[in-house]
Formats: sequence, C-alpha cells, structure tokens
Amino acid sequence: MPPQATLQPAAPAFDVKVDFSLTINGRKHSFSVEPWVTLLDLLRERLDLTGSKKGCDHGQCGACTVLVDGKRINSCLKLAVTLDGSEITTIEGLADGDRLHPLQQAFVEHDAFQCGYCTPGQICSAQGLINEGRARTAAEIRELMSGNLCRCGAYTNIVDAVEEVVRQGALHKEAAE
Amino acid sequence: MSTSTTASSIGQPLSRIDGPAKVTGRAKYAAEHAADGLAYGWVVSSAIAKGKVKAIHEEAARAVPGVIEILTHKNRPHVAWFDRSYRDQVAPPGEPFRALYDDEIKFSFQPLALVLAKTLEAARAAAALLRIDYIQEEPNTDFENSLEKAYVPPKKRSGIPAPASRGDAQKALDEAHLKVTADYASAAHHHNPMEMHATTVIYGSDGALTVYDKTQGSQNVKSYLVGVFGLANDKVTVRNPYVGGAFGSGLRPHYQVYLATMAALYLKRSARVTLTRQQMVSHVRRPETFQSMALGASEAGGLQSIINSAVTATSTFEDYQENVVNWGVGAYRCADAAADYKLVALDTPTPGDMRAPGAATGMTLFECAMDELSYAVGVDPLQLRLLNYAEVDPISGNPFTSKALREAYDIGAERFGWGKRPSEPRAMRDGNELTGWGMATGMWDATFQKTSARARISANGGLEVATAASDIGTGTYTIIAQVASETLGLPTANIDVKIGDSDLPASPIEGGSWMAASSSAAVQLACQSLGTRLFEAAQDLDGSPFKDIKFEAVSFNDGRIIAKDDPSRFLSITDIMKRADLPSLEVVETAGPGLSGMVSQVKKARATHSAIFAEVKVDDELGVVRVTRIVVAVAAGRILNPKTARSQIMGGVVMGMGMALHEESMMDTRFGRPMNHNFAEYHIPVNADIHGIDVIFVEEEDKEVSPLGVKGLGEIGIVGTAAAIASAVFHATGTRVRKFPITLDKLI
Repeated sequence: MPPQATLQPAAPAFDVKVDFSLTINGRKHSFSVEPWVTLLDLLRERLDLTGSKKGCDHGQCGACTVLVDGKRINSCLKLAVTLDGSEITTIEGLADGDRLHPLQQAFVEHDAFQCGYCTPGQICSAQGLINEGRARTAAEIRELMSGNLCRCGAYTNIVDAVEEVVRQGALHKEAAE
Repeated sequence: MSTSTTASSIGQPLSRIDGPAKVTGRAKYAAEHAADGLAYGWVVSSAIAKGKVKAIHEEAARAVPGVIEILTHKNRPHVAWFDRSYRDQVAPPGEPFRALYDDEIKFSFQPLALVLAKTLEAARAAAALLRIDYIQEEPNTDFENSLEKAYVPPKKRSGIPAPASRGDAQKALDEAHLKVTADYASAAHHHNPMEMHATTVIYGSDGALTVYDKTQGSQNVKSYLVGVFGLANDKVTVRNPYVGGAFGSGLRPHYQVYLATMAALYLKRSARVTLTRQQMVSHVRRPETFQSMALGASEAGGLQSIINSAVTATSTFEDYQENVVNWGVGAYRCADAAADYKLVALDTPTPGDMRAPGAATGMTLFECAMDELSYAVGVDPLQLRLLNYAEVDPISGNPFTSKALREAYDIGAERFGWGKRPSEPRAMRDGNELTGWGMATGMWDATFQKTSARARISANGGLEVATAASDIGTGTYTIIAQVASETLGLPTANIDVKIGDSDLPASPIEGGSWMAASSSAAVQLACQSLGTRLFEAAQDLDGSPFKDIKFEAVSFNDGRIIAKDDPSRFLSITDIMKRADLPSLEVVETAGPGLSGMVSQVKKARATHSAIFAEVKVDDELGVVRVTRIVVAVAAGRILNPKTARSQIMGGVVMGMGMALHEESMMDTRFGRPMNHNFAEYHIPVNADIHGIDVIFVEEEDKEVSPLGVKGLGEIGIVGTAAAIASAVFHATGTRVRKFPITLDKLI
C-alpha cells in the first residue's frame, strides 16, 4: 500500500535562490536572490536605488512605478526573478548627468509635488504614458495618470507639467518632420 | 538695510530649492538611509481589539533563516515606568500608548511583536509565522451608538480653548423668528500620507544613535526617546530632512520610532521599522465627529442665537481634544451663543490632529447649517454671510489684526460668477447631470511661535541658515532661502538651508500653520544680525567706505554692502571676510511673540480666512458627484512664495474634496476591526477627480500678526471646502445630506 498522504503543508523552503540579470539604468546587474523578492524591494534594499517609493506594496498607489522595457509597471507587484534580461529604468536613470529630464524639469517648474514621495512614480508613469502615445489632452492625462496617487493634492500641477512636455515633444516631432 | 527685488526675493514664485533632489530620487526619506548590518523590523499586529495576549508561539518564526530576534512584552528591554516620560509636546491628557509594554490589548492592530531579521523578506516571512493566542473581550468601537456615553473631558488638552459661550443662547433661540436645527456627522479620516511611517536608527560605533524618523518635529521625538529610554542628550540625534507627507500624522512620536530605537539599543546594531499601509490605521486618525446645531435668526436673516454642541471620538486611555465648536460660535456676529464639547471613548488608538484639526470638521459642519439657514430665510448663502459679518472677534470682542474676508467673498464671487446663481435647487441641468453652486467660509488661527535660527557666512560668501524646522511638503526650505536671500542680498545658489535635525537651533513642530510665520521671523532676525556684524567688520577695515555712515544707510545687494546714497561706495562680502581675516561669522537669534522688537501681543484676534465657491455636477439617476470647479479666495496676510502657497491651498482643497465625497475610515464594530485600511478601499481623490481649482490670494497687509506679516497656509485650504461642495450638491439635487462623505447611495 502506498504511504498515507499527509495533510500537513510542506515545511516552507527558505534557502532558495535564483540567478538572473537585469539592466538597470543602462548598467547590467547579476543577481542571486530568493524568488519572492519584488523588483521594488530589490531596487530599494539591495541596490540602494531608493528613488522608487513604497507607498502601499499592493499596487494601489503607483509610488513604485518604474519602466520595464519602456512600459510603466508597479514594481511592488513584480517579482524580480520574472524579469530576467529586462531593461529597467528608474527615476535615477532619467536625468542626463546634471541635466534634468524634461519631465523632471517641468515638475519642478510647475510645482507638481509637495512632499515629493509620489513624485518619482508620477514622473516614471508620465514617461510611460508618453511612450504609449496616449497623452493627447489634459482629460486623457488626468484619466491615465489616475493610478498614481498624490496625497498632497498636486494633481492639477502634475497635469500641467505632463501636458507641457507632451506639447514640447509634439513640437520637436513636427520640427523634425 | 534694504535690497532690490530679485527672482529669489520674498513674494516671488521661486521653484522649490529641494525640487531637483525630489524629482531625481536623491531625496532620502526615513526608510531610505543605508546602514551596515541593518536589522529589518516587521511589526506583528493584534488581530483583536480588546483583551489580553495569552501566548505567543515563536518557534516557527525563529526557525526562519536570517531571523535575529523577536521582541515582545515578555523579553523587551527596560523602558520608563512613568507616563510623564512618554508624554510628548502635543500629547493629550491620559496615559500615552506603550508598545510591547504588557499583555493588554487596547485596539485592533496594536503592535504585539517586532520580528527582526537580516532581510526584509525574512522578517516578513517570520512575522507571518508568529502565532498569538488571545483572551478576547468585547470591544466598543461604535461611535454613533455611544453618543449617550459622551463625557466632558475632566482634564483639558493644553492649547485647546474651552467651549466659549456668551449671553443666553437658549432664551434667544426661543424668541427668534426663525429656527434651524441640524445634526451633522463626519466620518473618521486617516491621514494616509504617501510615505508610510518608518524609522531607521543608525547605531554608531560609540553607541550614539542617529534616528531618521518620519516626524513633523525632530526635537519632539528626541526628547521623547531621551525620556523613554533614559538616553543621554548627546547620544541621540533625530533627523527628518525629507518627510513624505504627514498632515498631522507625524506630530507625535509613534510606535515605529519607539520600536526601532528599542531594537537598535537591544541588538546594539542599526535597525529599521517600516509600517505597512494596513498598519497605518493603527496610530492616529481624525476622530469621528457629531455636531448638533441650532440657529435662531431674524426674519431678515440676522443671527440671534447659535447653539453648537459637538462630540468626537477618543481612545480609552487618552482624552484627545480639538477645538471643534468655537469656530461655529466665533465665525459670525451674534449676541447669544452656547457651545459644548464632549468625548466618546472607544477601543481604538488615540485620534490626533489632522489638517485643520477641529476646524475641518467643526467649521465645515457649521457652514452646512448656515447653508440650511439661508434657504430657511430665503436669502442667498453669500448674502447671509455678509449680513452677519463679524467686524470683531465675536468670542473675545477684540478686533482682528487684519480680516480681508469681505474682499475674499467679493473677489471669489466675481471670479466664480456667483451673481448668476439661480436661488432654487434643481434649476440648472446639463444633459443627465444636475448642476449646483455652493459656497462656504473657512477660518483658521494665525499663530507665531518662538523659534531660533542660526546664520553663518563663510569666507567664500556661502551662507548657511539653520533651524530645526521640518518641511513636510510645505515649502519650508524654499521660503527660508528666500527670506535669507532678501535680507542679505545673496542669490539662493549661495544659500544652504539646513533643517530637519534635532541638533539645530530650537524650532516648534511643523503644525498648526505656524511654521512659515515662525521660521521666517527667526531666519530674518538671524540674517539681520549677521548683516550688522558684517557691516561692523567692514567699518573696522582700513580705508572703509562706511566709516562715517550708519547701518541704516546701507543696503545688501548682489553679495555686497552698498551705501544707499552713493552706490560707488561698496564692499563685497567676500572682500570684507578676507580683509578682516574672518574664516566665518555666525549668529544665533530667537524670534517669538513677546520678545523685544517682535510684534505686539496686545489683545487682538489672529485668523486666516477664506471664501470657497464650488460647482458640482450630479448624475440625476446614479447620484455620482463630480466637482467641476472650485474658486477659493484666501486672506492669509503676506504670501512669501505664491507658487508654493498656491500648492498648499490646492492640497487643502483636494483633501476637502476627499472629505466631502470619498474619505471614510470604516470599522466592523462587531470586531472593532478596521475594514478599509488600504488605498483600494479608503478612497482619496485621484487625478481624474480634480478639475479646475482657482486659488486667489487677497491683499491683506498685517503688521501685527507676525514679524513678516505672514499668517500660514497649511490648514485653511481644507476648512469649509466640504461645506461648499455639500451646499452645491443640495443646490443641484435638493437633497440635503447631513453625513459626510456624500456618497452616491445617499443621493439616490
């Protein structure tokens, strides 16, 4: 007779590590970490890239938004191991040396933040939105930036900042054509 | 001394000087300071609201690789015995909460254990394996059904005025031509700043602690830690250079700083504790509020009697109190008024100050009753306010240092187009939506607190200005730089603002809207004093161009001291420092009410005022409310920086919209358990909810309120906003909702 199946769950295995690599802000990193480490915790706790913020850890606030292969995602909801080979851009990777990215500059000029905690997520989300090619009107920006909460209430300034960059981008595009 | 206007002068819309650090991710918040050998703390919270811890089973948790220690009430190190050691600057009367003190459970989500591990993941996994057995008791967390148990707090909270009554309000009400009675309620709110409460304690090689805490007052936290853990004053520094929002939630030291410090001392290594978003319901909230009002008026609408009674929630162990009722009895001219204020004790954490504590609820609910009175009298809501305009403070009878509320009403109404408002409800329709227009008045105290600042100039002309203030998103860094820049005629690029450190000159906690008035006064005084020292050094130089002139005859511009009547006579500050052989010059000054040369504290009322106008569109079938337009005119004295000032007001208005339509901390009263303790279920306004917000600052010169004529802006934006929206909802629908938030189920 086969042995009686046990109803007890297996003892949790903690000594599991997986090897993978990510390109973060243009630099390749190799990791060997537990498969339950999220991208957000990897960035913040193991690489000291604390620009990506933790505001809920449940994908409800958008403070942890980063770009993965150009697409905006909530990094708290993504296990790092699942992104093997991806290109990650965080807030630390947007500026060109001391020259701020146009969105960063516009956020400063329009006072599109107060405490600054949601700001990296807002900016990465705005870049993702621009990449999607959908931010054509203020109404669209409002709707499509609604996954990024701001408790300080800087929303109208955020829309103004993003709109300005979108408009400038369109002008540049026209000039190039 | 005087200066010319530059882009960084007072009153100019300078962009935040801390902006680049915040948009690049360089700004480090409390949980973001690295340390070697850091122990990650994960808090295990109580699953029950009242009772005792029977047993804690730690075996499985301790078996998780990487776990360093588990602290509970059974093995925690020694902490202070007496309540007074735990009482901070803003503590209400009572017994402050002590985490891991004994086996007693006073509220749901009370911290019962701290798991410490080498990684965040290990701490979290171990915390999930910790099993706690309880002895349960029946909790009471039902505010609405406990109102009959309300009591007058036996001990008053410092700084909160007693309810102010005058005349015989009941008699006046009985005799009044018109009477309106209205019972209003507002839900509990959680601050929910975007940054969760967190503390990183860096354990120095000499055992000294550097504590990065999410707080609105580094010095308040420091004295708390010194008292609770018996630390030497020079062995602990608390820092909060960047604070990811707070709105009052960081006024008192919370249990994360207590636990992180306890862990660091116990383990003799650096430690960090970060709360989860769910655990953010476990320390502080704006209390549930019930306000019962009776207004008596003449046929024409003149107020003859105000009776204003409020009840707010508190915990079973502290009597948290706020000024809820005096706004209503103090906003308008009325000979007879009565106010009373009571508490209901619940098995919850102690509530606390949240943006415009007392006024956001008390003034707002009172303004809703004023809206009801306007319909009862049959006058326009704005006209009713003007009819009862208070030229002097109705409570004290004292004049105001300034009050440009009438101008705010006028300018706001003009900008909004209020004159075209039809008086009847349901008179405006836009397709499926009913349009409504409403308005309300806002009020908040304008105070000024004793503050010290240091100014130090180096030989290269670099100026450092320092005070232990906090910038919780308010723009404190920037206005300090502007005041220093204007006073000493230096560009902000040459100015280094140092705040957020308990070692710096004394500053009050960031709260109550007093920070701008207080820090600007201290910084101006320190910079003026430094200017005097520089001038004296310049006069002593051989061949000084200032030998024969007085300080009053020079100005500070472009890094130079210049004779006003002969601009060819000047010396640059770097020249003065070099020729006088000074490596640096430093002064510390203290500004405060009643100190010599400061504003007089003669009997005058000091307040900020606002007029808020709101347009809503309400879906006639579905009850969905959209706030399509807000105009808010604010009379707040001198505006130091219109860019950051506008943001402060907008932020208050957005939070007021949340209060009106979304925010409600729900409790499952069967278990005393919070139900919507996350951002998916505790709704705050999102970008799509916000349309036009037009902020107007009304001219209001005030030489008496504070040295720079500043009144502060942190709170006024929220006060009355929800009343203006409720007034607009009634105007749109004809339905009067007396319980905030106005969710669609209450309209259909």
